[in-house]
Amino acid sequence: MSGTAPQPGPPLWLLLELTYRCPLHCAFCYNPLDFARAGRELDTEDWLRVLREARALGAVQLGLSGGEPLAREDLETIVAYARQLGFYTNLITSGVGLTEPRIAALKAAGLDHIQLSFQDSTRQMNDFLSSTRTFDLKSKVAALIKKYEFPMVLNVVLHRLNIGHVEAILGMAERLGAEYVELANTQYYGWAWHNREQLMPSRAQVERAEAATREFRQRMGARMQIFFVVPDYFERRPKACMRGLGSMFLTVTPDGTALPCHAARMLPGFEFPNVRSSSVAQLWIESEAFNRFRGDAWMKEPCRSCAEKTKDFGGCRCQAYLLTGDAANADPVCDLSPYHSLVTDAVARAERGGAEAKPLVFRNVENSASLSR
Amino acid sequence: MASGIDAQSRPLLERRFRLQWEAAQQAHVLLYPEGMIKLNSSAGEILKRCDGAATIAEITADLETRFATSGLYADVVSFLAMALSKQWIAVTP
Repeated sequence: MSGTAPQPGPPLWLLLELTYRCPLHCAFCYNPLDFARAGRELDTEDWLRVLREARALGAVQLGLSGGEPLAREDLETIVAYARQLGFYTNLITSGVGLTEPRIAALKAAGLDHIQLSFQDSTRQMNDFLSSTRTFDLKSKVAALIKKYEFPMVLNVVLHRLNIGHVEAILGMAERLGAEYVELANTQYYGWAWHNREQLMPSRAQVERAEAATREFRQRMGARMQIFFVVPDYFERRPKACMRGLGSMFLTVTPDGTALPCHAARMLPGFEFPNVRSSSVAQLWIESEAFNRFRGDAWMKEPCRSCAEKTKDFGGCRCQAYLLTGDAANADPVCDLSPYHSLVTDAVARAERGGAEAKPLVFRNVENSASLSR
Repeated sequence: MASGIDAQSRPLLERRFRLQWEAAQQAHVLLYPEGMIKLNSSAGEILKRCDGAATIAEITADLETRFATSGLYADVVSFLAMALSKQWIAVTP
């Protein structure tokens, strides 16, 4: 632990992954490959206690995610309590299970906003990429979100197989009446890491998608906010991931494990605290796992002496670990990293497009069990 | 006027924003889908008076009384013009 780190600020963002159960099987999911081995889900009372304790520390933005949070029958109870505590409540959903009685109950509970995922603009591609038949259902859910006057964020994860459809995806968002659209290029963790060779777009694909987004943005003006989350493998400086681990972001997984980012579970050499045995204040302020990457005492070169370390915090610890084997290295997206060629080599392989013959591995319980054996 | 607002405009916080006081940050914040804007104290004091009923003239008078000062109108209008351009608020004439 870095003894010089100051008292941390509040965990402004709290993400509750209420369950790993999910009706979708997306090949780009960031959930851990071995989710099927996770322990028992927290009870309602545990979740309410986490909300109360995190709010007391200053948490204010709440994401309710998973898996599919609607798989929890107590979702309405959790939303109502969170809203009463003063959280801004965001439901992050595939839409599966969002029936009219449930959306009415969530409205009554005070839910602030719904983020609905689509996998592509057509039934065929949406259903292929999620390995389900959900396109028509999602379209109906989008209409319900409008009917109940929720602000709607449409989220589409982009990758090699759908990034060419950005115009059609934005057209669909316009027809559905979305106020916000997130075109989130795949970040390579969990299942997406496993399928990276199949998902990585070419640079030309990325540039065409950015141009199409710019054009659409100009045409829509203020009616729709479009966020284009850049694919960091194509950059020369890393993303300011979580604004540094342990600075403002707290994830609690279905079994109560507390993480400084939603992908951190796979980092080796950590004992992540659990909300069953630790209060939110204890684990946020005192635990070794949350303190290890606070401040900059943990940094190695080239980050340690770099002027940009206060801007990007060395990038993503999970990406540093996945690519270089050491979470304390610079994120190799940075072209100052001695490992930067690992990123450019992956991009070069995507340019050649050699991996398309290999099938995608979809996120489901059977694949999880066999991959974590 | 160019900004589309004047002393008789009645500003109202846009539906997709929620304004609240955050003790941990000692500030008013604007909350919106997956985002938060931390406001300085004068921005917070102005926005919490944007209820769609009070005119900008009335908001200004209220602030001048509350903070025992005068001559705030230009600052209030200039802040609200910015808030309108960012679509934090809507106005009715």
